[in-house]
Amino acid sequence: MKLTLKVFRFNAETDYLPHYDTIEMEVDPKEVVLDLLNRIKWEHDGSFTYRRSCRHGICGSCAIKVNGRSTLACKERVVDMVETFGTELTLEPVSKKRAIKDMVVDKGDFWQKYDKVIPWLVAEIDEHPKMENIIPPSEAEKLEDADYCIQCGCCYYACPVVEVNEEYLGPAAFEKAYRFTADVRDHAKKDRLQIVDQLGQGVWDCVKCFECAEACPKHIDPIGKITKLHNQIFEEGVAKSNVATRHAVGFKRSIKKHGILDEGDLVLYSEGFGVFKHIPEALEMFKKGKIVLPWNMPKSKNLDEIKKLVDIASTVKF
Amino acid sequence: MSKLRYALYTGCTARESTPELLKSTLAIAKKLDIELVLLDEASCCGASHLQDFDPFLSLVLNARNICYAEKRDLDMVTICNTCQLNTAMTKHKLDSDPELKAKVNEKLEEVGLVYLGTSNVRHFLYALIEDYGLDNLRDRVVKPLSHLNIAPFYGCHNIRPSELHHHFNRTKENPYNPTSLDELIEALEGNSVDYEHKNKCCGFHVDLQAPKTSNILTGNAIVDALDNNADMMVTPCPLCHLNLDVKQKAATKAVNRDLPNPMPILHLPQLIGLALGCTPQELGLQHHVTEVPA
Repeated sequence: MKLTLKVFRFNAETDYLPHYDTIEMEVDPKEVVLDLLNRIKWEHDGSFTYRRSCRHGICGSCAIKVNGRSTLACKERVVDMVETFGTELTLEPVSKKRAIKDMVVDKGDFWQKYDKVIPWLVAEIDEHPKMENIIPPSEAEKLEDADYCIQCGCCYYACPVVEVNEEYLGPAAFEKAYRFTADVRDHAKKDRLQIVDQLGQGVWDCVKCFECAEACPKHIDPIGKITKLHNQIFEEGVAKSNVATRHAVGFKRSIKKHGILDEGDLVLYSEGFGVFKHIPEALEMFKKGKIVLPWNMPKSKNLDEIKKLVDIASTVKF
Repeated sequence: MSKLRYALYTGCTARESTPELLKSTLAIAKKLDIELVLLDEASCCGASHLQDFDPFLSLVLNARNICYAEKRDLDMVTICNTCQLNTAMTKHKLDSDPELKAKVNEKLEEVGLVYLGTSNVRHFLYALIEDYGLDNLRDRVVKPLSHLNIAPFYGCHNIRPSELHHHFNRTKENPYNPTSLDELIEALEGNSVDYEHKNKCCGFHVDLQAPKTSNILTGNAIVDALDNNADMMVTPCPLCHLNLDVKQKAATKAVNRDLPNPMPILHLPQLIGLALGCTPQELGLQHHVTEVPA
């Protein structure tokens, strides 16, 4: 199989702008993307630079982007990339704006944010225990697969919020926070939840795009952990009353009232006094017949059923 | 082909802030002789926010919605990506976890319902492609869209997480290179515009708490479509539509671009309706904040 590779080249020490090398290569479909990186270096240009180490999908070094898709080079088969994108593949670092040399990026912000969630077990450990400290399987299962994360950054650099909000901690840090908030031995659950509850940096700024779930080479489902953190924030009483928490709670309130969502009431309830900033937009929408007035608000049929279910199936209070 | 019948879960937006979506969906169903039975009993799906607060309640309410399609012995179709995601996620969880299904049914039984798992749940886009077929659709085109460059905006919740959607759609859409909308545009004889942001996020779900994020993401998508010569954008999701259409000025301002002309944003059934010869009135084009030129 003959591939055309467009390879991102940049040296932060000498180059003002990056450029792309085009390389034609005969490729065995069984090869993985890392084989291509090796062959570019060995057969075409010895100065080509990339990170790699274990070649077993466990060290997390070799994450790059192929045609914009985050991938762990040692795990991704060329044949699957060709099936998705065809025979012209663009190889780029996971983040072009963080590039130091070719595929190598500065992961400084990734690690700084990772550190913010206290990514270690906080516990009083008896160094000379008299008996084994047993964690029942039911407790251990709550971690799910959260400790399989290899910090490769695939999810972080696929996250669109990370690109536009420098404060945002991002899916990898949240995933790690959950790894400890779900750990029965840990004593810092509330501290971590307070960190991820903060507007701007925390889970409330997640846009729910599922890019992280799609990008994770270990199939850890970071957004699933983000949802769990939302749940723990309410369960542990950490949630403050703000626009984001009221927005989540507002759905229950509205469903109980009408079955279907009362969009206007949801914005009003979530924003409080902040609702005034929406007035110009609301007027434009009203002119176009996009706003249902309260007295015309439609209701679901069999609303009594919905009201009863909200009463008997609710499990969380706020 | 025997007449196609589905239970239509309209979602809330199509009954409130995007009435044109419901109107145009019903208009094209009539043209294509597809019967859509409205699920008027359905509640809101929780829009991917309710489960952040109360995941069990979210499952129960979504399961109830599916029950009403099952009672009618029909597959469900959705016209909102986020409704599709929440409904499909619920269905997948219940169908793969008998214990959880029993717990949910315990609640549903109190209102005389039972979730069985017998109805499939798909977005109308995929029902059209998989059951009606693009060839049949092509045969019904009376006003080909050949003069138009149309940028498809897929919307996250129809394509990601792909593993979930592949359980319900025969179309195995690749989230990194989705093609269904492009193929549909081509079937209507339009030119589909290839651009980087077609499978990216519009930021709708943080509109309230992080409007800057949301505006930048929406702005990036519109500007990218424009720079690739799009005359208009089309989306299967009313939430994406709200951001792209209603918030267009704020969004393009957030990415520091003055558009020479506003970018018209069509709902998927509106685009199909134009090709099938529906009038702008029938498709509710007058409801758009960003005008759609005649």
